[in-house]
Amino acid sequence: MSNLLVFWLPALVAVVATFGVVVHANASRALVYLVVSLLAVAVVFFVLGAPFAAALEVVVYAGAIVVLFLFVVMMLNLGRSSVLRERRWLKPGMWVLPGILAFVLLGVMVNVLFGSTANTKGELVGPRAVGGALFGPYLLAVELAGFLLLAALVGAYHLGRRYLEERRQGDPDQG
Amino acid sequence: MAVVVPLEHVLALAGVLFLMGLAGVLVRRNVMFLLMSLEVMMNAAGLAFIAAGARWGAPDGQIMFMLILALAAAEVAVALGLVLQLSRRFETLDVDVASEMSG
Repeated sequence: MSNLLVFWLPALVAVVATFGVVVHANASRALVYLVVSLLAVAVVFFVLGAPFAAALEVVVYAGAIVVLFLFVVMMLNLGRSSVLRERRWLKPGMWVLPGILAFVLLGVMVNVLFGSTANTKGELVGPRAVGGALFGPYLLAVELAGFLLLAALVGAYHLGRRYLEERRQGDPDQG
Repeated sequence: MAVVVPLEHVLALAGVLFLMGLAGVLVRRNVMFLLMSLEVMMNAAGLAFIAAGARWGAPDGQIMFMLILALAAAEVAVALGLVLQLSRRFETLDVDVASEMSG
């Protein structure tokens, strides 16, 4: 029973924090909720016996991706007016239909899932096993991920550079 | 030291997180919150892969999670560049204003 508690406590934290991400009107606070949610999911990974994935979740998701979001929120300079506008956009009635659709899908999935008796193995799969498989049978996938990241780098540089240049032209003092 | 958890509990958690993200994508108009909800959905998909890997004690689930991580990083980098362009061109973060293709 304590096994399940170790799993369900971080799971509960993850669900509550994710709810905060989805409904919050203030972007930077929603980002902090997102960090909490990702850290809780990292704890779940650790409990499931995937310590390397847990470390990556903290370093890459909570560390790099959310910080990137935070940089853009700071660049866009979202203040009180954006929070008020967000509240105006988020009418409570808008949640009804998407909520019903999502819960119908969830009900179907839970109905299918419960009834099986499969358990996780409770084995620790360490970084050595992951690295061995990553650079063995999955080498081609690693190369493709490298292509993807290079394309994203070029694309992000292109989009961001045009933004910065035009901003500079508009403001001669910063040139 | 890992714990034995019924697989359907983990998959139910992944489903709950995924559907919360889906509801966020459906409801939100601000493109920043849209991207955050997308992150939540991808993270839930990664959790399902980790759960499947833990079911068999195999590293493949973690490798799929790492590929999802690379995908999420690439998506965020490009999408945030687009957010900067959107906010510069239309002076707003509302995705509905960018619904027309005008070359």
